Amino acid sequence: MIRRLLPHPYLTALLTAVWMVLHNSLSLGAFVVGLILGLLIPVFTAAYWPKRPALKKPLRILEYVGILLWDILVANMVVAATILFKSNANIRSTWVAIPLDIRTPEAITALASTITLTPGTVSADLSSEGSTLLVHCLDAEDPDEVRDQIKQRYERRLKEIFE
Amino acid sequence: MILDILIAAALVIGSVFTLVGSYGLVKLDRCMARLHAPTKASTLGVGALLIASVLHFFATEDGSLHEILILAFLFVTAPLTAHFLAKSHIHWNTEEGRLPDPPEGETWAVQAPAESPLEDGDSTKRLI
Repeated sequence: MIRRLLPHPYLTALLTAVWMVLHNSLSLGAFVVGLILGLLIPVFTAAYWPKRPALKKPLRILEYVGILLWDILVANMVVAATILFKSNANIRSTWVAIPLDIRTPEAITALASTITLTPGTVSADLSSEGSTLLVHCLDAEDPDEVRDQIKQRYERRLKEIFE
Repeated sequence: MILDILIAAALVIGSVFTLVGSYGLVKLDRCMARLHAPTKASTLGVGALLIASVLHFFATEDGSLHEILILAFLFVTAPLTAHFLAKSHIHWNTEEGRLPDPPEGETWAVQAPAESPLEDGDSTKRLI
């Protein structure tokens, strides 16, 4: 019964929060309207979201976002330096294949988006069974190092959050 | 006064990174390399400009949190365009890229033979 009325609790919370920020107020009115939308929209769209994404450790997301923002800052400087001070001939662009330990679609989407958001790496493709991610690096001395860093820094944390 | 300096600094940082991103788009010579340049404009560039906007409106008028929503929606949607550009690039240029070998028994998804998604019902198995 709860499942029928509240198919995606995280989506409900997110929609309510987004509505309140859109309204720019913490008033009760905005909260109630947001909650009504947050309850109705997941019920009507549940047919398109057959499974609930499982979050094992939701609070770890905050730590992850913090690390991601810091890495975006650092990578921005690195890529800016690469663009400004390296000649095109010296930039060693390369493809890297990253074997994945994570299996859920949500976790893989989060990892691919993370890789693209960090300047210097773009996730380009996934293998047909979803076991390997294809990533393009703007300037990498050692492709293996890039692979290990992504697995160590992002994938390990996403695995803790989602699986 | 200090706030004005902070706002000005955020504006300058945002503009510089947007400029470098645009310059990189012109300067870099290969398609996949050029894809990297605008990612700076859409992360730190826009991010710093939005921080300046938040600071300004909290200082002068009622605060506004719309900028956080702009940043959140941008961060969720920007990787999708980059992903599709990269995919179409692989379609157009197979020899220039020299992709690494896909894992045993698999192909890269863009190179997989086309099949109708209606043929088997298990849509969760296919991840893209």
